[in-house]
Amino acid sequence: MNGKIAIEFKNVIKSFDGADYNAVDDVSFQIEEGELITVLGTSGCGKTTLLKMVNRLYEPTSGIIEIFGKDIESGDAIELRRSIGYVIQQVGLFPHMTVEKNISVVPEILGWDKEIISDRVTELLRLVNMDPEQFRGRYPSQLSGGQQQRVGLARALAAKPSIMLLDEPFGAIDAINRIKLQDEFLRIHRQEGVTAIFVTHDVTEALKLGSRVMIMNEGRLQQLAAPEKILSEPANGYVASLIRSVTEGLEFLK
Amino acid sequence: MSMFLKYTTKHYDKLLNALAEHLQIVGITLVISVSLAMLVSVFLMNRKKLAETVVGAWNVVYTIPSLALFALLIPVTGLGKITAVLVLVLYNQFILVRAFTDGLMRVDESVIESATGMGMTQAQIFVRVRFPLALDSIVAGIRIAIVSTIGIATVAATIGAGGLGSLLFDGMRTQNPVKMIWGTILCAGLVLMANLILKVIENRVRTIVHC
Repeated sequence: MNGKIAIEFKNVIKSFDGADYNAVDDVSFQIEEGELITVLGTSGCGKTTLLKMVNRLYEPTSGIIEIFGKDIESGDAIELRRSIGYVIQQVGLFPHMTVEKNISVVPEILGWDKEIISDRVTELLRLVNMDPEQFRGRYPSQLSGGQQQRVGLARALAAKPSIMLLDEPFGAIDAINRIKLQDEFLRIHRQEGVTAIFVTHDVTEALKLGSRVMIMNEGRLQQLAAPEKILSEPANGYVASLIRSVTEGLEFLK
Repeated sequence: MSMFLKYTTKHYDKLLNALAEHLQIVGITLVISVSLAMLVSVFLMNRKKLAETVVGAWNVVYTIPSLALFALLIPVTGLGKITAVLVLVLYNQFILVRAFTDGLMRVDESVIESATGMGMTQAQIFVRVRFPLALDSIVAGIRIAIVSTIGIATVAATIGAGGLGSLLFDGMRTQNPVKMIWGTILCAGLVLMANLILKVIENRVRTIVHC
């Protein structure tokens, strides 16, 4: 991490029509290049809304979002999205395309050379621990849930984005494979050097993966700090009770 | 039997003519129907309430007996093929728009969200994702529309459009069983063949799309 600010939120508010409170309520923070920020909170806390404002799937009601110092509203939303990797819980692989074609989507749109794309697919499948020759011609319906999400990760990284957004990517994966995927993602993140925002409602996952953890509740930022600090110095009662819910959950083992 | 063969060999040109006319009516109807239905469906696919209303309204049109619809349009477009095609296109919209919108709107939302999030334009999403995934429903709709069109087109003979219906009605009028038999055979044959060919296409599409 070189201290360069990759993503900055300045007093961002997002309200939806007819809602009682703001989905994202005056949130400000800075994320350094290369960080893996996990965004933690219960459903409805605004974490997904926050994530989707980074690639302009939602537009902020007010406030500014900057990526590498540039206001994202000033450019084209489509172009912005092509430079950001996006991974969702349901994966959303294109069922009518092979693994290879799925991964190639953004590079093809960007006009990369065919051979370069093919090499990149091989490289990415190796990165996510899937044998290229065995898997490149398969269809999503022929893959397990874990394999599908690995392809989802590969697809998001295909065009070498500098930023990656992940919305509860391992939420639909069984517990055992989830741990494997978490470890692999840590490795992938280190290798590719992307700046990542990873949304989750799983406290353990958030603390395990995040270089810093952002805790959200009712649209407001509760705390943004390294996992150790969250555990040792929770910023408020909400954060404290969140931590307790996990530590207490394991009490029954004693 | 010999009378049957005698008539057939003597008048096969009439039979082929009727068949050709029928294919012409069905063909033109299909090209116009599918194009129109596709335009309408693309317009409706993001407007769920409106889509439901339109399909519901067309359901009513579909229940109007074809002869009545022909009769309604004759003062406007006269007798003959044009009126026939117009009525057939109108009927087909119910089948096609329903099948097309159904197929287009039933595409998995998470797939569309992925496509949007990765930076595809609306056009790219339609061409590369939504349309291919709706293709089997679209082909199924076309298949049903063709079968329906071949059938209703026989009634068009009564308003001077020609086609296989003319064999049937002439045959009934002049008590000529050979004409009636041929009319029936050709009509049923067309339906069976069209259904078969399109079923094959539909199944191929389904496997290619691999859902």
